[in-house]
Amino acid sequence: MPLLEIRNLQIDFGRGPSALRAVDGVSLTLEPGKALCLVGESGSGKSVTALSIARLLGSPPARYAGGEILLEGRDVLRMRAAELRSVRGGVVSYVFQEPGASLNPVFRIGNQIKEALKLHRPEAATDAEVVRLLKLAGIPAPEARIRNYPHEMSGGMQQRAMIAMALAPQPKLLVADEPTTALDVTIQAQIIELLSRLQEQLGMAILLITHNLGIVGDIADDVAVMYAGQIVETAPAGELLKRPLHPYTQALMNSVPSLDSEVQRLTAIPGAVPRLGAFPAGCRFHPRCARAQAECSQKQPVLVEVEPRRWVRCPFWNATGLNINPGTARQQDPSQVLGQALRSGGRGER
Amino acid sequence: MLTRFLNRFIWSVLTLVGTAVLTFFLLNAVPGDIAKVIAGSKASPEVIQEIHARYHLDDPWWERLGLYLGRLARGDLGHSYVTDQPVLEAILMRLPTTAALASVAGVMWMVIAVPLGVLTARFSGSWFDRLTLVVATLSLSLPAFWLARMLQYWLSYKLAWFPVATFQSVRHLLLPAATLAILSIGYYARLIHTNMVEVLESPYIRAVRAKGASETRVLFKHALRNAVIPVLTILGMDVAAMLGGVLFIENVFALPGIGTLAVQSVYNLDPPMIMGTVLFSGVLVVGANWVVDLAYGWIDPRIKTGS
Repeated sequence: MPLLEIRNLQIDFGRGPSALRAVDGVSLTLEPGKALCLVGESGSGKSVTALSIARLLGSPPARYAGGEILLEGRDVLRMRAAELRSVRGGVVSYVFQEPGASLNPVFRIGNQIKEALKLHRPEAATDAEVVRLLKLAGIPAPEARIRNYPHEMSGGMQQRAMIAMALAPQPKLLVADEPTTALDVTIQAQIIELLSRLQEQLGMAILLITHNLGIVGDIADDVAVMYAGQIVETAPAGELLKRPLHPYTQALMNSVPSLDSEVQRLTAIPGAVPRLGAFPAGCRFHPRCARAQAECSQKQPVLVEVEPRRWVRCPFWNATGLNINPGTARQQDPSQVLGQALRSGGRGER
Repeated sequence: MLTRFLNRFIWSVLTLVGTAVLTFFLLNAVPGDIAKVIAGSKASPEVIQEIHARYHLDDPWWERLGLYLGRLARGDLGHSYVTDQPVLEAILMRLPTTAALASVAGVMWMVIAVPLGVLTARFSGSWFDRLTLVVATLSLSLPAFWLARMLQYWLSYKLAWFPVATFQSVRHLLLPAATLAILSIGYYARLIHTNMVEVLESPYIRAVRAKGASETRVLFKHALRNAVIPVLTILGMDVAAMLGGVLFIENVFALPGIGTLAVQSVYNLDPPMIMGTVLFSGVLVVGANWVVDLAYGWIDPRIKTGS
């Protein structure tokens, strides 16, 4: 049985005819001990999907409009409050984007970690266990750190403390929602490495949300790419990085700087992610797609398994001989393209 | 830390000296002869003369101010011109009543304003929240003297649920304390509400929920402590205004507290007593700000190291 199985998840913001669908028919599967990367630009719905796993979206404004989220076979969306509390932390733990804002400023680090222990493993709620967890998260001199307040630590240390707190209840799934976006580049690699090591060491599954395809290769077994609330491609990480099939994934790959490839120029994806509620008809990516055909603006493509374990939402994924439509890509105002590149390289969503 | 403390101390002393000097000049400006107040309007010129001499009423103002401040420095607030009772003794005798009133009101305030602020924030936008907003707005627009009279008339006199006046038991304090509490509950419930709404949006609250914490723990442990930080500042500044409320309420309900003492001393034109009660209020306000400052450091760790 998969640890996490999301089936046809639909999440709306608002109610009635003005409701905006932020997540539209997302399905994902994650086996115990595996790492899945959910990739996409800001506003693609990846964070909303991630938060919904423990039903952490404020409702209202969010509304779970359909689908199932099965954690160890139990549907999170139908759980009662008490069961949900035991699942939060106990089965699925979270590490968030901004560690400085995700730790309560008025409590000591040690107490915040101990609280997670008290809630799920009361017998282990000791200073010794907190020290062990901090050490596990790679914090030097953990005995001294216990008494620190969040503001007395650096961003990297705060994120390690968050990770220690997330690990405390011994969850089976760790959801890391852009855990490195707010950190210095040098720290980013350390945190990803730490997560990867912990996954192996503890046999824990990881769902990593990121807009940075560059870190996928370091950690992921599988990758799912999201665009405008839908999954456009899923594949084993190695294969996807070697040979992306969906035009959007390809465009994302081309915008990632790489040290070992000969490609000189990074290409930004023209245009911007469509605003929630203003998705184009047909394929949602077609206005920005270099390979768009007339049909693309009419019919919404479906996710199809084109090769074993490779799903793509594009009927032309294999159409190498097609006319490449020069219209969208080249006629962009250069300043707009630059602006977009800056935006997508920025802080992620809010 | 020590310099901060010292700084604070010097400022407190300056504030109190300023209060004393200001009160002195204000009383000095009151028309009429104090000696006639003391001895009665039919007193003979000799008696008046003697009183003038005894209380140094003919000395130049700077000498009298110096004399007064000199006595103050030794902790001597003087004697009442009317009853001849030492002012400090009079204040200390009345203090327990006022303290009891303030405590009962404080408990009511805590038990009502805090949960109301927290719960309206949790259920922001609900009918419960909106109703509270209306009632709170009403309550903070009420004048103290009017509310005190109304409650007394309807609940004590008409319905006889509470004793009408005087202080014989805690029961006698319920209505005056309720009056005092009502005057500030609405305001603080909204203040806590506003801060709570903001805090509940913050990522660390989501992180606490993600840990599996119960809603009670999220609200009252994690969110409230953060939401209360800005409230403290206002509370410190508000103590003075609340003292004004105490003044009215004690008089309406004939409670023998410091408020009645102050009002009486004004009616009697009893300068030492007026100065004493004003100065005592000053001490209370300064003291309250000390407490707020200490509470700040205790509630928000960023303040200790931050400055």
